[in-house]
Amino acid sequence: MEPILIAKDVTKRFGGLVAVNNLSLEILEGQIYSVIGPNGAGKTTFFNCITGFYTPEEGKIIFDGHEIQGLSTDHITRLGISRTYQNIRLFSNMTALENIMVGEHPHLKTFWAEAIFRTPRFLKEEAEALKEAQRLLEFVGLKGLGDSLARNLPYGAQRRLEVARALASKPKLLLLDEPTAGMNPKETEEMIEFIEMLRDELGITILLIEHDMKVVMTISDKITVLDFGTKIAEGQPEDIQRNPRVVEAYLGRGAASGLDNTAAVATAS
Amino acid sequence: MNQAQDTTLLDWRTAVRLGLLGGVVTLYFGAIGMVLTFSVRNLLGTFVNVGQILAVGGALTAGYLTGRAFIKSGQRKSVIPMGLLAGFVAGLPPLILVIMGTLFPINPMFVNINDELVQLITFGLGPAAGSIALVVLSAILGLAGASFELMNERWRKALINGLLWILLLGLFSENAATILEKFIGRSAVRWMFQNKSLNPIAAVVLFLITFAFSYMGTGEKGRRKWETMPPAAQSQWRRYFLILGIIFMLALPWMVGQFLSQVLFIVGLYVMMGMGLNIVVGYAGLLDLGYVAFFAFGAYTMGVLTSPQGPGGGVLNFWLALPVSILVGVMFGVLLGFPVLNMRGDYLAIVTLGFGEIIRVLAYSNWLAPIIGGAQGVLGIPSPSIFGFELNKPEYMYYLVLVGSAIAAFIASRLRDSRLGRQWMAMREDEDVAEAMGINLVQTKLLAFAIGAGFSATSGAIFASRLHNIFPNSFGILVSINVLSLIIVGGLGSLPGVVVGAAILVGLPELLREFAEYRLLMYGILLIVMMLVKPEGFWPEAARKRELRGEEEAWDETESVPAAAD
Repeated sequence: MEPILIAKDVTKRFGGLVAVNNLSLEILEGQIYSVIGPNGAGKTTFFNCITGFYTPEEGKIIFDGHEIQGLSTDHITRLGISRTYQNIRLFSNMTALENIMVGEHPHLKTFWAEAIFRTPRFLKEEAEALKEAQRLLEFVGLKGLGDSLARNLPYGAQRRLEVARALASKPKLLLLDEPTAGMNPKETEEMIEFIEMLRDELGITILLIEHDMKVVMTISDKITVLDFGTKIAEGQPEDIQRNPRVVEAYLGRGAASGLDNTAAVATAS
Repeated sequence: MNQAQDTTLLDWRTAVRLGLLGGVVTLYFGAIGMVLTFSVRNLLGTFVNVGQILAVGGALTAGYLTGRAFIKSGQRKSVIPMGLLAGFVAGLPPLILVIMGTLFPINPMFVNINDELVQLITFGLGPAAGSIALVVLSAILGLAGASFELMNERWRKALINGLLWILLLGLFSENAATILEKFIGRSAVRWMFQNKSLNPIAAVVLFLITFAFSYMGTGEKGRRKWETMPPAAQSQWRRYFLILGIIFMLALPWMVGQFLSQVLFIVGLYVMMGMGLNIVVGYAGLLDLGYVAFFAFGAYTMGVLTSPQGPGGGVLNFWLALPVSILVGVMFGVLLGFPVLNMRGDYLAIVTLGFGEIIRVLAYSNWLAPIIGGAQGVLGIPSPSIFGFELNKPEYMYYLVLVGSAIAAFIASRLRDSRLGRQWMAMREDEDVAEAMGINLVQTKLLAFAIGAGFSATSGAIFASRLHNIFPNSFGILVSINVLSLIIVGGLGSLPGVVVGAAILVGLPELLREFAEYRLLMYGILLIVMMLVKPEGFWPEAARKRELRGEEEAWDETESVPAAAD
């Protein structure tokens, strides 16, 4: 399989703080790839570098053959990367359907003034967009809630809606920033199934930031562990669970020697 | 203190506090001269006028609020005595007016506290007897206000309706007379509206009629019937109502006469501007405080191009100059949009405020005087004409502004329900995320500014050709504030809200000319009360959403449990 995203020596600094330090990784098409690490390890900063919110000072990010570091967020979205946010950032005073339809934006082509005259082309495109939005809404399990304002939806539904909005731009790579944060075990279980379904049914490559080790170890094909912006480990879930440096990063120096590694990492969440 | 109120029982202190509040407000209204100014307007015969209503309105309101508070805490028995107490207390502060007016009649600090005011609020009974009368009346009104909440819903609604109609017809008796004259004849109107106010007998009849209609619940029945109607029949009826509405709007100037047509014309100008600013502020979330600039661009372009005395020498007629005016407005909308592309919220507001002032100062300046006349303004702008027929009366110009507003509303509503509308709203909600969704912020913002400016310029152009002479001081910051206030009062982001807001904030002050002096005070009070009681505005956008939901997906909702999607 081809790598869909390659990061080469990516470094992002904020003043004296090195948030991401010389990070390199390769994500293959169709993988579910997780980035984990303690709080402040630079995971979200790395996400922001990929999606164009930040420009890395050094290094390259290559997506699908394009160098994307430093491009604007809308440009990167059009190339096929979309994301969700750690703290949900829906358009809260718009309906669920409108939220998804905003996500479809990169694929809508009609000129704005056509809306005034309702040209056949415009009507067709709007109808298709609405249909697609309803399909996505059903796909994420929110059928019938299309006209509720986003802010009135329950927490779990908001997370799903955010995914639906991200999917609406038909991404090749989907970045999920802590998709199970704040969820109860049942919701988390459903989210795991949902993420696997995204990959299996839609063939989307997924890059995941997650604190819940159960989630990470269940669904990841490959994991990169960050600590203070630096990659300290990379590999299959089994390897990561046994890696002493990872345990150390989570629990502090000395912990790795005394504890059963698997248990230690599993409780670190 | 407030928390304690929710849990423990209320006592007399609540009533006293609310009463004092009402009384102090009345005292204030009296001291600044509002009571006196408004007393010119008779309400019923010659013995009840608006000033008096204002003088005792505080007691009524205090009584009402007291009654409501006590009913909420479940103390039904105390409602009557506490209402009485609140009214009594509310009657006390205005006595200060009487004391000051009688004992220190010439007070340079409070020119409005004088014999006339004392006469008014003591009902001409003299200071001593009148004071007692005032307090007693206040107490009775407090009681009446409190007992309002004790009545059952049906009675209360009917009573409010009846009183409201009397108030409306009494307040606008002159305007009502001109309108009714065309329907019920001159002599009937003469009898009904004597002394520029409502005849008491007519008022009683009116009250009984409206009360009866309301009590039988005709409006309620109609609504229920409407709700149970099948959607097809509803849309059929909606079409009829639309046609009726259009006919009504077309016939309006001939029913209301010249003066009211002029008022409608001005309201229409503000509706047009409101539609534009609603796009900029309501949809796109860009707080623009210099919106008057585009109004000025439209007006001056029209003036310079069509006035024979201007540098253009009147080369163009209205219809040729109108597109040019709009174009100029749009162009400057984009031009002024560029520097503020990266600004948000407060910064944007301050900078646009500055732009608005710069434009006004430029219009005043000697530098541009050779073109736009400086302080002299542009004079002799001709009226528009259609096939040689000159639109030189407000009735005719009303149609122009009606068509303009209708087009503006049409464009705004079409754009709202399109991709561009969603872009605007997404940008309003979260600019960063909107951009990450692939939305080009530069284009989206500039389009909002440009379209908003276009509406405003159209309005300005029509304004110029109606007034014939334009001066820089017509384009002050107050116009921007007016437009912003009216879209907030109507309901931010709502199109019918713009019309309602314009009617309330622009139309009413034109009708109540005594009001003009206190216009800003009224705006302030209205805005504060709105923000506290009805922050979503008089006609909020949410209504549209509920409507949409009811039509399409009602049957889906039964099975809509947000569960796993497999």
